[in-house]
Amino acid sequence: MSVVVSPSNPPEPVSPHALELAALEPIFETYQNAARGSLIPVLQAAQETYGYLSTTVLETIASRLNFPISQIYGVVTFYSQFRLAPRGKHVIRACQGTACHVRDSSLVLETLKSALGVTPGGTTADLQFTLETVACIGACSLAPVMMIDNEAHGRLRPDRVRAILDKYRG
Amino acid sequence: MSEKVSLTIDDLPVTVPQGVTIWGAAQTLGLKIPTLCHHFDVKPYSGCRVCVVEVVGSRALVAACSGPVAEGLVVKTNSPKVREARRLIVELLLANHPRDCFTCPRNQSCELQTLALELGVREVRFEQDKPTWELDESSPSLIRDPNKCVLCGRCVRFCAEIQTCSVYTFANRGYNSIVTTAFGQGLGEVRCTLCGQCSVVCPVGAITVKDHTEYVLNAINNPDKIVIVQTAPATRVALGETVGLPPGSIVTGKMVAGLKRLGFDRVLDTNFTADVTIMEEATEFLHRLSEGHNLPMITSCSPGWINFLEMFYPEMVELHSTCKSPQQIFGALVKTYYAKIQGLDPAKIVSVAIMPCVAKKFESVRPEMNASGYQDVDYVLTTRELGLLLKSSGLDLKTLKPEAYDPIMGLGTGAGTIFGVTGGVMEAALRAAYELVTKKTLTNVEFNEVRGLTGIKEAEIDLDGTKIKVAVGHGLGRARQIMETIKAGNPHGWSFIEVMACPGGCVAGGGQPISLDLAYRSKRAKGLYEDDRNLPLRKSQDNPEVQALYRDYLKEPGGALSHQLLHTSFANPHERFIKS
Repeated sequence: MSVVVSPSNPPEPVSPHALELAALEPIFETYQNAARGSLIPVLQAAQETYGYLSTTVLETIASRLNFPISQIYGVVTFYSQFRLAPRGKHVIRACQGTACHVRDSSLVLETLKSALGVTPGGTTADLQFTLETVACIGACSLAPVMMIDNEAHGRLRPDRVRAILDKYRG
Repeated sequence: MSEKVSLTIDDLPVTVPQGVTIWGAAQTLGLKIPTLCHHFDVKPYSGCRVCVVEVVGSRALVAACSGPVAEGLVVKTNSPKVREARRLIVELLLANHPRDCFTCPRNQSCELQTLALELGVREVRFEQDKPTWELDESSPSLIRDPNKCVLCGRCVRFCAEIQTCSVYTFANRGYNSIVTTAFGQGLGEVRCTLCGQCSVVCPVGAITVKDHTEYVLNAINNPDKIVIVQTAPATRVALGETVGLPPGSIVTGKMVAGLKRLGFDRVLDTNFTADVTIMEEATEFLHRLSEGHNLPMITSCSPGWINFLEMFYPEMVELHSTCKSPQQIFGALVKTYYAKIQGLDPAKIVSVAIMPCVAKKFESVRPEMNASGYQDVDYVLTTRELGLLLKSSGLDLKTLKPEAYDPIMGLGTGAGTIFGVTGGVMEAALRAAYELVTKKTLTNVEFNEVRGLTGIKEAEIDLDGTKIKVAVGHGLGRARQIMETIKAGNPHGWSFIEVMACPGGCVAGGGQPISLDLAYRSKRAKGLYEDDRNLPLRKSQDNPEVQALYRDYLKEPGGALSHQLLHTSFANPHERFIKS
């Protein structure tokens, strides 16, 4: 069974143990001839399947690729593309670029942090939101700006941030 | 023959084989290039950059540990540019290193401290950025202090390359880089065999051994306790290094004298129970050989290896000899046999072991190690701990007059003493097995085929017509190779195998003095073989104290009482090591 992740049809939060590890089998099959050298593509495919890399998934990959689990942990913590925790239904990217900075993006970030109760990189307990920061999203004319999923929200002020979050909560 | 190249280092011409590093070439000239991350046991890593040298014609400085030699190279290892660069590198390392040298267990044995001194770092111009990691004390033997880690990666590389256990890894990136375990778990929660080699290669105080000296001192100072100490074979050729003697110096008598001055009530020898181990193990082996079951029999007194076996090859534990290690046999006998004949109350005996080993600390607290009705071995101190204890007690090993072990369980043969070096347990067992099988006297007791520090050693031994093939592995990487070979059907037909967790055997155990001498393993091994040659008795079965033990108490090797006291069983490691 594979889990399809899309903004319109997000998965229910599922514990990693409940997830079918069998979904890894086609991935192992694809890369079986390149066992050790294919660690990163296998990790990418596994993350594509599960949305993140759980301990169980990583341990399964370790034993199948005959790779020490410690080294796999080293790899997944080195590359920012890998996630070790599930992500929220909505991913918020608060811009920290220069243009946003001079227009008080710090105030926006503080508001997000206090409204969500998480720090950047964190996910709310109800798995609704994941908060991230980005260096620049290229929408400087709208500064300060944030992206929620694939939608940009510009000219933000704290009260607008809260109102926008409420809309996504609904 | 590999091709040779000629180069000049600090105006000195040198010719070395192609492929040698600049660091290696300088070594042959007797030039010491300082380094922090480089270690002769593992592959170069070029992480710390302390070993940078100037190569004429090259724009940037080159890391000598990994920079290859080339024909006509002109290298400067001590130019103003090099000196300045090294000083800056160490200064930067010190910027976020805790400056608590006074209270650090590696005070005066710290390579970073030495570098700062020798490179002339007299101030750190950078604001101190103090990391605040929690100490990891979850391991039964080791303590990890990530605050002191300098990210040299020696532990990561040794554990992966030599021991193939890969307990450690680098995690994160850039400024957030750390050395940690998988998922940042405690050392006690991952598959760590406790070999302790990481504590030997760590240049600073980031990985140290749990110190149990205070418990021992409390016991000594308690008038109600009878404190009995045993000393492992390998300790006698390494303890001297704690006072500056060269590796391999035999200091047995001085160590005994030191232990007596410290106030131990009896000073006895693990070599005695090494001899007992041989009696049990040779009997067990010959029994298995005649029955043809559970072969090849694996023998080992190395608790790090036992942990490895239980963790990585639990399905093969039945191949292992059930015989306990000399430390644990000593523990079981001292609170039964020794207590009985000396008229001592075993409840009052505190049994202490001086060991070259870190895993021995865990072995002593294994729940099944209580055959005497008490914990058989109460405390284990490493050779390093004993070295410090002697110093803190005002005892100078150099000036102490040698003394003899106390009688009964204090006499060991040469067979017992070579337990401390790779191949030694095998050789000692062969010395006994030969005579047991052939009923003839073995005249040449030296089995050179199983000696030495090369890879897996193999030999075919002729026991008067009965030919047996034996193999000896040291270091867990080689142990893994041996196990995989057995799994693949034992194509070499081995019937008897010795394994030790540490490369070189106990002489280079995780609890031994930390040495930067490239040949420290072979020098200590040489010391033990010399000790063997010097001893009047060289075969376990000739030990009169061992003969008395069997005559008066155990009755026969492999008998009922032996099985009760001297043999053990192995466990599923997941119950023991992996929490919840």
